[in-house]
Amino acid sequence: MIRFLKRINVYELVRPVGQMVLFSLGSAAFMSAIAISLALALDGTAVGASLMDKYNVSLYTYTMLNLPQVIIDGLTIGFVYAAIALGYTMVYGVLEFINFAHSEIFAVGAFVGVELLIALDGMGILAGASLGMAYAYLILAIILGMMAAGGLAVAVERVAYRPLRGASRLVPLISAIGVSFLLQDVIRLVESLTSGQFNRIMPTFGNFDSRIVFGKIAMGTSKLTLGISVKSIIVIGSAVLMLVGLNYLVNATRVGKAIRAVAQDRPTASLMGINVNRIISLTFLVGGLLGGAAGVLYALKFTRIDPFVGFFPGLKAFTAAVLGGIGNMTGALLGGIVLGMLETFAGSYMGVFTMGAAGSEYKDIFAFSILILVLIFRPQGLMGKHVMQKA
Amino acid sequence: MSTRKFSVFSLMVAASMTLALCGSAGAAGKSIKIATQSPLSGDQSVIGVDIKRGAELALEQLSGPLEALGIKAELAPFDDQANPDTGVANAKRIVSDPAILAIVGHYNSGVQIPSSEVYHSSGLVNISPANTNPKVTTRGYLEVNRIVGRDDVQGVVGADFAKSKGVKTVFVVHDKTAYGQGIAEFFKKKAAENGMKVLGFEGTEEKANFDALLSPVVAGNPDLVYFGGMAFQAAVLFKQARERGYEGMFLSDDGFDSSDAAKIGGGTLIAGGGTYYSTVSGPASVYPGTAKFLKDFQAKYNATPQPFAAQAYDCMAISLKAIENAAKAHGNKVPTRKAVAEAVRALKDFKGITGTFTFNKIGDPEKALYFVIQVESADPSKWSENKIVKTLEIAPPQ
Amino acid sequence: MISSFFKELFNRVNRGYWSYLIVIGHIVAGSFLVYTQPRSNLAFLVLMTSFMSLYFFTTSLRFKLIAAVILALVIIPIVGARNIFYLEVIFQISVFAALALGLNIVVGFAGLLDLGYVAFYAVGAYLWAFFGSQQFYMLHYAPGTAPAALPFFLPGDAFYMFLVVGVIIAGLTGILLGLPVLRLRGDYLAIVTLGFGEVIRVLANNLDKPLNFTNGPQGITPIQRPTMPDFAVDWFNSVFGGVVGHNVSAAVMYNLMFYMFALAVIIVIIFVTRRLDDSKIGRAWTAVREDETAAIAQGIPLVKMKLAAFAVGASFAGVMGVLLAASRTFISPESFSFMQSIGVLTMVILGGAGSIPGVILGAATVTILNLQVLQGFSLYLNELRQSDAVIPIINFAWKDLSNQLDPAKYQRLLFGLILVLMMIFRPAGLIPAARRKRKIDLEEN
Repeated sequence: MIRFLKRINVYELVRPVGQMVLFSLGSAAFMSAIAISLALALDGTAVGASLMDKYNVSLYTYTMLNLPQVIIDGLTIGFVYAAIALGYTMVYGVLEFINFAHSEIFAVGAFVGVELLIALDGMGILAGASLGMAYAYLILAIILGMMAAGGLAVAVERVAYRPLRGASRLVPLISAIGVSFLLQDVIRLVESLTSGQFNRIMPTFGNFDSRIVFGKIAMGTSKLTLGISVKSIIVIGSAVLMLVGLNYLVNATRVGKAIRAVAQDRPTASLMGINVNRIISLTFLVGGLLGGAAGVLYALKFTRIDPFVGFFPGLKAFTAAVLGGIGNMTGALLGGIVLGMLETFAGSYMGVFTMGAAGSEYKDIFAFSILILVLIFRPQGLMGKHVMQKA
Repeated sequence: MSTRKFSVFSLMVAASMTLALCGSAGAAGKSIKIATQSPLSGDQSVIGVDIKRGAELALEQLSGPLEALGIKAELAPFDDQANPDTGVANAKRIVSDPAILAIVGHYNSGVQIPSSEVYHSSGLVNISPANTNPKVTTRGYLEVNRIVGRDDVQGVVGADFAKSKGVKTVFVVHDKTAYGQGIAEFFKKKAAENGMKVLGFEGTEEKANFDALLSPVVAGNPDLVYFGGMAFQAAVLFKQARERGYEGMFLSDDGFDSSDAAKIGGGTLIAGGGTYYSTVSGPASVYPGTAKFLKDFQAKYNATPQPFAAQAYDCMAISLKAIENAAKAHGNKVPTRKAVAEAVRALKDFKGITGTFTFNKIGDPEKALYFVIQVESADPSKWSENKIVKTLEIAPPQ
Repeated sequence: MISSFFKELFNRVNRGYWSYLIVIGHIVAGSFLVYTQPRSNLAFLVLMTSFMSLYFFTTSLRFKLIAAVILALVIIPIVGARNIFYLEVIFQISVFAALALGLNIVVGFAGLLDLGYVAFYAVGAYLWAFFGSQQFYMLHYAPGTAPAALPFFLPGDAFYMFLVVGVIIAGLTGILLGLPVLRLRGDYLAIVTLGFGEVIRVLANNLDKPLNFTNGPQGITPIQRPTMPDFAVDWFNSVFGGVVGHNVSAAVMYNLMFYMFALAVIIVIIFVTRRLDDSKIGRAWTAVREDETAAIAQGIPLVKMKLAAFAVGASFAGVMGVLLAASRTFISPESFSFMQSIGVLTMVILGGAGSIPGVILGAATVTILNLQVLQGFSLYLNELRQSDAVIPIINFAWKDLSNQLDPAKYQRLLFGLILVLMMIFRPAGLIPAARRKRKIDLEEN
């Protein structure tokens, strides 16, 4: 037992947790600073007056009082993005290839997990389940979703990408786009044939919908309730666990060493006796597992899923991966958190700051603008090292 | 000729052979068709399929008088996928089939408006069971009619209802579709006139993550949150708003009228200030003639009808009656499309199951019913038992 | 075995006057079938494939030209006037062929994957939609609340001017987007263009406040068309009225007119594309596509060449956008989704990136599959569902077939399958580009 414990690389367990805390606090502080300075600048103008008229509160107070909730929301979605982004970044690190179909692998995970819970609900098991059992069922759904998504990712690689290895860069990318579209409609077909409709609703059970309230803050004439729902905690908690686990796998195990070797130099790695094809499959498997889990968590948090549910989260997660520096795992984590924060801040405050001229409907544009800006000015991303393109 | 070129060619030959399997069947003798267009696939297929079924049931039950004249009527259902491009392409397909004499349809006004341009240019009559956008009829086409009310009235009904509930502050959200935004604009306008404070007016295409949008909503703690759009978004938004501690009242439009809302929202719809929706289509049980319809529908499809199924039944009934009148006026021959379009407008006090209809000169019913309904149960199967809290009969604005 | 038999047969008949006979026979048979069966999909397909025989069989260039002109300018208008659904199919083929030819310059010639191509199409469409409608006077009205009787900003005939303006503005948009992003490598560029396409759509959806430029999701309608000369309808009816069987209305005549416009645009595009392909720029594009590093070493101005490809491709989409807005008289953001970009990409990949006939074939195939084959199959299944027919051996009643099993809905499945299968089995497309073919032949030797 002691020997086993000794072999655990504690540093690799603590380091990612430290990073997460650092990134979360850092991006929260950074975004808050921007929001507060904007609020101070606009307080004296018509913007402040219009808010005073509607909410009976100054713009500065409004911004400050809403901050905690906005940060919590941003973190929740940020960790979901990070978990999906890792799938993109791992594949890119190893193959230099954007796995466009990763968003549908995420969707398949969500569907498998939700279908299991719906089936359990239909049998009447969920309704009477104790709290412990409710969590057990949720974990079961997550594991099943992970397995389905992981298996699918490996299969897709085998069928649609491996035959194209060695072709020009765009060929596998186009194939991946094809797989992505194909999978969307396959999910739709299967769901419509089996259940008659293809948008599925996460059953309500356990205490996931309830909310831990920290307190109420008076703001103007109304009261703000500050709190976090149980499911947000589950989402953040599971994402942290997965990220730590993945970090450990890649940085502190033999398999991880092999993955890193293949990423660095495929021919040399194969000369060292590493089975490159197996490592690539493994990379897809791990990315798929993470994506599948993220899918079930996403369904838990946001209730309703449809076959196209993966598209936007996938695109945003890809943005996050690029933002952090694609191919770099820490970067994906940072990118996910920053993007989640940015998007939530923009969505929450834009409407108020622009007096309703541009509201939360522009939050997707924010994500894409960030993507374009990062790619133009710092194509290696926030954490990436500058690499020349391989000819 | 390379092998490559050649295999392309043989591929094409093979493709044409497969097509032979689905060559179209020719229409024989004095048979006519009535088309339906509604979303049979996609998010809104739950309602779209029942629009088709309502029309199908009416055709089955009411085509007797036509058959007595020796005219056989068939149904030609089309799937507009809730997409304007598909709707227009289907419309051209429909008007190119001379056997089609009327079209019941469209669920989405955004699809109906461009598609009806095609019907108009070829004189084909369109009777709509569900399109509430003012522009559907204000273009003044002879061919376009509807049997339901209008968004500009429905928005007003919603705002007046809110006033009667003593609402002082409201936050308006819409789904960035022609329908949802249209109705929300009218609601906002009337709400402001009614002295309510509109804290915000936001559109969103988001289907899942409403966190960012909800920050200003919950911060303002308005008496009422209004959503212009469909149930699958509204219910998710309402649920998430409750989870964030919002206690007030929800109000939505007839897009909310789907049992999916209860499936998604569950108990959160009944908690706090409750959930209401305005609609032009009351539950089938409120109309005088619907008891039989409910029974027949249940017997044929083994399901309770979704909203607008009864309206589709009436649209089909009106089409059949108009064709019959036009045929009688033309010596029992199959009438022209123009004659059918004129016969629809000429109908006086047609007794349908959802009301008695006379069309005015732009194709609106002379009087339309509007309801405000309260969600009573978290159980989706009890959706049709929701309580009507207000019924209004209003003439369309001129 | 079978394919070699067909090949043998094809070589046997593809010589001398036989090929002329077959092509003429095909055209005549197609026209006859469509004429006698004006609503049969199959007959229409026979007519459409006569373009293929015209392309594949060896005949003199003059014969090909004359036959093509007769087909496009005489037979198709008559067929279209008899059944406007065919006209719609042919019009959509023309629109998509023009778009695919534009994307072909970017993807096929310069090797840059553009996943947001419809953005330029949207720019063109909204350009005319804004200036050719009442939208200019609605800037201060929320969508849906404007009074009905507003004047039009420009007369309908400004449309002709906007065909040119559309080319310029879309080309400029292409340069504007290209300038910052063209330094990126291939796969990044693909994602950035995807993002750009979404940005344009979201803007179209949201620019209804603070000033109402696009009327948001309600879309802009009515959009003006150029005025139709009074004599056009009468002339058409007096010349073709007898063959068509009934007099056409002005509405049908408009459809015919827009078909002619689209045809004219395609001819210009093909001409420009061919000239470019054979020019210094075209060779530079090939060099950039095949090996960027080597191209730089050759002294090719990389960014400038990529920009040129972007601008040319974008301008083709722009002009088609103007045309679409005028022909539909209604424009809304839903028509410019990511799905459309992928549709156009599918056409290019299916036909063969870099190959002009290939891309046109791709556009025709995908459009016909989409509008006729899948829809026709769906309608057929539906008829079966309404009938009492039963599949004999497994004793399955068609009535019980799920409503959801409707081929017309599974467009994405179709696009996805085409993309994946083409990449794995035939990356050069159905009709590979001439240059690539040379390369492949070399390798085979």
